[in-house]
Amino acid sequence: MGFVRWFHQLASPPYVYRLAGRLAPWFAVSGVILIAGGSYGGLVLAPPDYLQGDGYRIIYVHVPSAYLGMLAYMVMATSAAVGFIWRMKMAHGLAVSAAPLGASFTFLALVTGGIWGKPMWGTYWQWADARLMSELLLLFLFLGYMVLRASFDDREKADRVSAILAVVGVVNVPIIHYSVEWWSTLHQGPTIARLDAPAITMDMLAPLLVMIVGFTVLFAWLLCKRLQGEILDREGRARWVAQLTGGVSA
Amino acid sequence: MTEFFLMGGYAAYVWSAYGITLIVLMVNIWAAYRRHAGMLARAGREGRLEASGRQPTVREI
Repeated sequence: MGFVRWFHQLASPPYVYRLAGRLAPWFAVSGVILIAGGSYGGLVLAPPDYLQGDGYRIIYVHVPSAYLGMLAYMVMATSAAVGFIWRMKMAHGLAVSAAPLGASFTFLALVTGGIWGKPMWGTYWQWADARLMSELLLLFLFLGYMVLRASFDDREKADRVSAILAVVGVVNVPIIHYSVEWWSTLHQGPTIARLDAPAITMDMLAPLLVMIVGFTVLFAWLLCKRLQGEILDREGRARWVAQLTGGVSA
Repeated sequence: MTEFFLMGGYAAYVWSAYGITLIVLMVNIWAAYRRHAGMLARAGREGRLEASGRQPTVREI
């Protein structure tokens, strides 16, 4: 019963707005601390790699960015699907909020990957690499979702049509993950998410895990703030918003 | 200390990757707060106009 009640509360704009506002500062503080600590661990504490020397330290920003791009996509597609099926405006609002965040993390993954690739592979970019292509497609899916939305004046229509694009694009996420196994090209294979033990020592792995958690918490923080803005955009004329801004006395 | 900044010869790559990451994260934080503040201000303007009982002009919204 508690769950059903909670699910219904999640459809209520003022409830979600206040919840996001209450959670945001906690995510902000813990995200900044984790990323600062993880960067120190990755740049100072972790030993240099036997093959790549200090150049491998780009992993501590590259892998969390790539992971967050995919996580943001799953958040976007899942909430867009929930919004489509149950006609839940708040779910569409969450999907809209995740899109620009996912696009920027994916952009970061591509850029830091290129910078890492130059000294190790001898090139910033390789058109024939399946990992690079599927990651670029992920960026285009985020951008396509935003451009598609912007082409509609009617927000409800934008919600429904863009949700279909978001859900269809989910196919690309497992392709990104398995691309390095299915097509063995330039990008190296998985380091952490393997069936057997991670192929990395603990003193190198620990800062990476801290960074991944830190990026995730930062994403949650910005998702809360973006959702708050999105809710006000959608509910601008509601009475609870007027009370919030002092336009109407309670 | 100098050794740390030199990054074993990879300084240009490591620091540009971290620098771009920092910039993108900061821009995202700024953009999320700016949008929220912008929407709050807009809702406030609309609320005051409605309280005054007059139709807002396009310019005011």
